[in-house]
Amino acid sequence: MKKTMSAVIARRDRRVAGPGRSSWILFAALAMVLALAPMVLNQFNIGLLAKFLCYSMVAIGLGLLWGRGGVLSLGQGVFFGLGGYIMAMHMQLADASANGGSGVPEFMSLYGNGHVPGWWLPFRSGVVTLIAIPVVPMLVAWALGAAVFKRRVKGAYFSILSQALVAAFALLLIGAQTSTGGSNGLSDFTGFFGYVLNDPVNQRSLYYLVLIVVLVMLLATGLLMYSRFGEVLLAVRDTEERVRFLGYDPASIKTAAFVYAALLASIGGALFVPVAGIISPSDIGVTPSIIFLLGVALGGRSTFLGPVLGSLIVSIAQNSLSSAFPSFWSYLEGALFIVVIALLPGGVATLVPSIRRWRRRVSGAPGARGGSRASQTDAVPEASAGELVSR
Amino acid sequence: MDVVVGQLLAGLSVGSVLLLAAVGMSLTFGQMGIINMAHGEFIMIGAYTVYMVQQFVSVAALSYVIAIPCAFLLAAAVGVLLEQGVLQFMYRRPLDTLLVTFGVSLILQQAARDIFGAPAVAINIPEFLSGHVSLLGAAIPVSRILIIVLAMVLVLLVSWLLKATQVGRRMRAVTVNRELAEVSGIPTRRTDRLTFALGSGLAGIAGVAITLIGSTTPTLGSNYIVYAFLVVVAGGLSSIWGAVIAAVALGIVQSAIAFGTTQSIATWVSFLLVVLFLQWRPQGIFSLKTRSLA
Repeated sequence: MKKTMSAVIARRDRRVAGPGRSSWILFAALAMVLALAPMVLNQFNIGLLAKFLCYSMVAIGLGLLWGRGGVLSLGQGVFFGLGGYIMAMHMQLADASANGGSGVPEFMSLYGNGHVPGWWLPFRSGVVTLIAIPVVPMLVAWALGAAVFKRRVKGAYFSILSQALVAAFALLLIGAQTSTGGSNGLSDFTGFFGYVLNDPVNQRSLYYLVLIVVLVMLLATGLLMYSRFGEVLLAVRDTEERVRFLGYDPASIKTAAFVYAALLASIGGALFVPVAGIISPSDIGVTPSIIFLLGVALGGRSTFLGPVLGSLIVSIAQNSLSSAFPSFWSYLEGALFIVVIALLPGGVATLVPSIRRWRRRVSGAPGARGGSRASQTDAVPEASAGELVSR
Repeated sequence: MDVVVGQLLAGLSVGSVLLLAAVGMSLTFGQMGIINMAHGEFIMIGAYTVYMVQQFVSVAALSYVIAIPCAFLLAAAVGVLLEQGVLQFMYRRPLDTLLVTFGVSLILQQAARDIFGAPAVAINIPEFLSGHVSLLGAAIPVSRILIIVLAMVLVLLVSWLLKATQVGRRMRAVTVNRELAEVSGIPTRRTDRLTFALGSGLAGIAGVAITLIGSTTPTLGSNYIVYAFLVVVAGGLSSIWGAVIAAVALGIVQSAIAFGTTQSIATWVSFLLVVLFLQWRPQGIFSLKTRSLA
């Protein structure tokens, strides 16, 4: 009896919360467009698009963490940077040893004493690098998440701590010029795991590698969103205290989401390095870490495809506007933050259901209520009850 | 001995700057639960007010005397504009206000860049401030001492305001229990507006002080804001004295560690200390005693 009951509940929940058919059609269309894009783009633009896709990996993680979990991290740059720098260190070492080189990256002999610091040495090995890229950021995220969430520090407190973390991380990188390249960062890579980077064929393969990773991440995140974990995460966002009283531990659930978002950001950073050819503190500091959130908010923070679409739109707009009209772009970026967050907290994605609802109401068709219910689950993440009380 | 005294005073002066930057924010965060990311840009507005006043007043000392009330009023006006224009509609979504105010800070920074240019503007500092005085064997710049004094005066003024005036009592009432304050007839919305104006105005005064020790650029505010946030978080919501203790402690830790090592290590240590401190007291140094779950 009990089991059938829970099965019924599960089935009903899935009908309300699962991604609709239109989402899957949109997903397929997005995958198709991105897969065919290299046919029409030149090599430079393929590289750009690959770079934007790397940024969108951060956005996918933030969609789960912020949109579904209500945890606002202003420090995703740390994880993007950890993945990026680990990859960059490996590529620097590999380049330096290639063709009978000295094994010491050029900038080290330029700024430092020409010795490779001990903590660089493990990254000579490609296997260690590939293990470290997911593991190190996840450990950092777990340590911070466990420390902060377990003590029920939440809301703006967590956001500020994550921002302080990224500020400290950027300062550390800039300060240690002899071992991290300082504010110039690490650049001028020639090879990527034995492949020559500026070969057009390899460039295209790299693009497809990035694309496949993005699509896998989207699918994995979609599955997580609509799993039991995703539902509890949503519940934690909306009423954390109730979830605690039901016997769940909101801290571990939020930590898990944070670790997952860190993983995606780190992989994004790691792939960003061969694609963009550089990683520097200006890619990962306080401001870029917050800019990651703009695309997520614009596309629809709690939706399946919103974060990735919004992030791509913001990247493309920034790329086409910021160099031609730097001043105008800054105003536009600021205005977008204000308008999207204040007036359109569900993002552009929620415009569609609300227009549909409005049209149904106008035509007076039945079933309008069902539509509104379904969209409400995905709608505006309001302040949780806990946040209201703590004010 | 003189090294210790010198370090303590250096820490005190760093702490005073942090306190000046943080005190307004701790008021608004405590009462409305919103983090104003544009707070740093209000500090910048205060700094540029000095520059603007000096276009008309050539005597440096006099210009500073005039700039303090001007900076307060200008920053408070921009603050009220922000609160009335956007934030008042978003009090139910505190985390979202954080991002909205970040957008405001981007716009204000760019506006400063367009009006005054990206490089630092030249500001005349009164001559008597550029000297040093020796205190227990340590040489301290006069400007630093002035900042310490200014921070103390402002903190005393604000705590007097909170304790002894009707407006201050209303602010404390709204901070402790908004619903109860409202049913007691306190105009909470108007109190919010006043608190926001006061907090923003204090940031403007902080900006005036900061022109004495650093260059005046459009990004001036963002250099201080992360530390100011840490001060607010560590200090706790309810009390301005929490912010005082947190600021001075962070200032002393910062300057002591930066003295032995580098600035970036000092930043790391302060960050770790704040996280560890929150393990021990998640609600900061002073916290409200309420029966709420959160």
